[in-house]
Amino acid sequence: MAPPAALSIENIAVHFGGLVALSDMTFTVGEGEIVSLIGPNGAGKTTAFNVMTGFLNATHGAVSYHGKSLNGLKPHQIADLGLIRTFQRTSVFPNDTVHDNLLIGLHRQGRHSLLQAILGLPRARASEARLRQRAAELFEWVGLGRRAGDLAGSLSYGEQRLVGVALALAAEPSMLLLDEPVSGMNASETHTFVHLVRKIRDHGVTILLVEHDMPMVMSVSDRIVVLNYGRIIAEGPPEAIRNDPAVIEAYLGQGAKHA
Amino acid sequence: MKSWLGIVAVAALASVPLWLRDPYLLNALITTGIFIICAMSLNLLLGFTGQLSLGHIAFFGIGAYVSALTSLGFDVGLPGGFRIVHEPWPPMTGFALAVLASAFCGYLVGRLSFRVRGAYFVIVTISFAEVVRLVALNWVELTQGPLALTNIPPMEIGWAGLESFVFRTKLQNYYLVLVVAVISYILIARLVGSHFGRAMRGLMENETLAVSVGIDVTRTLTLAAVVSAGIAGAAGSLYAHYMKIIDPEVFAFINTVTMVIMVITGGKGSLAGPIVGGLVFGLMPVFLRPVMAPEAQWIAYGGALIAILFVMPRGIVPSLTARRLRSASTASDTFVERGVKEGA
Repeated sequence: MAPPAALSIENIAVHFGGLVALSDMTFTVGEGEIVSLIGPNGAGKTTAFNVMTGFLNATHGAVSYHGKSLNGLKPHQIADLGLIRTFQRTSVFPNDTVHDNLLIGLHRQGRHSLLQAILGLPRARASEARLRQRAAELFEWVGLGRRAGDLAGSLSYGEQRLVGVALALAAEPSMLLLDEPVSGMNASETHTFVHLVRKIRDHGVTILLVEHDMPMVMSVSDRIVVLNYGRIIAEGPPEAIRNDPAVIEAYLGQGAKHA
Repeated sequence: MKSWLGIVAVAALASVPLWLRDPYLLNALITTGIFIICAMSLNLLLGFTGQLSLGHIAFFGIGAYVSALTSLGFDVGLPGGFRIVHEPWPPMTGFALAVLASAFCGYLVGRLSFRVRGAYFVIVTISFAEVVRLVALNWVELTQGPLALTNIPPMEIGWAGLESFVFRTKLQNYYLVLVVAVISYILIARLVGSHFGRAMRGLMENETLAVSVGIDVTRTLTLAAVVSAGIAGAAGSLYAHYMKIIDPEVFAFINTVTMVIMVITGGKGSLAGPIVGGLVFGLMPVFLRPVMAPEAQWIAYGGALIAILFVMPRGIVPSLTARRLRSASTASDTFVERGVKEGA
């Protein structure tokens, strides 16, 4: 039986003026699942992400997380619920070191009061020390230990992706939304990343992934949702998707018929 | 090492009145010090959140007027035949109220304008300062308008029943300004070093990402505006009780521009930047005055400004720290060098 739904998207539609970016999208992500959202460029994947994380308001439809409606919540409020995303392009704070990046990411954990921080009270200091410790654990965990003192903007794209993921993990997500995490990574980096994603899931974090790298998607996903022109054209386990005629048509076209 | 440098700097500044007896120069140091406090508060907004407040002098002026009126008392008629009569309170209360009133104005301006940021924030702050100036100019019954508020009593520290200390001489005021400046510096340093400071930096560098890890934009930026305005208000109060006279000219736009120059040349986003920039541009007119004609002074001032920014585009303090660290480490790959490239 399918696990209970963590995130459910019901009849979401997004219109930009006359342009329909998403039309009537419905799917759920079960607790502890790794689900991938795939589709050709412009299919509406990132738009879907933006709606789920409050960066964009849906024209109609509803998103709920563990039964709580996310409609109308601001991004930081959604982050407070444990739903954390990464970004396709800008995934780091470029002018800070990797270490400081993670300290910024740990914002949700380090909430002692302003007065304590200003007076330098022991509680604030202890909480700072705990944050540094946690940051160190995190970049060891994603394999960036030796880069801790480097400026995030000076890292390779693949490494910046890892910083982005570590930043998201710093916010202690119960669900992680990864937007094209392996773009810019080479084959071996991608391979390591797949292990990392599994490791994150094994710690009880639900994962929704948008990705173009098909071998990666096929190897890591429990379930795949395929979007094209703003609507879902297929949904199922990797083997089923691989052989689905509608998916093949979306990606490769259907040359003979049109000829 | 940093705190070692700070202690030396404070000790050096504290020793100045011991060997400098010239009252004119001491006066210049006091007014410059007051301006530096204000520039530090501006740096909190401009350097650590990236928001340019071109009406920062409004918070300073509000602090000055609130503190002066609290300690002078007033009797103002309101529409409908009501009157507000205020008996004079001690200047210390004026100082506290000045901080609170300015911080509250910072809250209002922050809440109103951080929804529309960048250029809009600049415009809102300019307009705010101009509105406040017009109120000070035209509400003659309260502020005496262009006739100025005069006979403002000197700052006085004391507790009911105990003997109080009055800051009458320049020497006493110098140390008062120094103490308030050190407290403001520590306050800003602690704030910037805490997770609130990291939230500000995160928002400045990559707002979308900052929001996605749970940083509340409005709350963080409003907090910065409140603290910044409060410190500017404290500086305003010191100014009023030191000068003993204030008129609506304290709200002049040129004062804000001077502060912005101090922050930018010293190095925005560096804690010591406004102090260095403030000392350079606060004291430059004093040293130019005896040797140059008035027209030439401002040309020299502008020339120095351009020269500093040409040689050290990121400001004096960040450029010097980068240079020192670079000579300390010959490795071509230090993160400071990368930082320089990144900044370029």
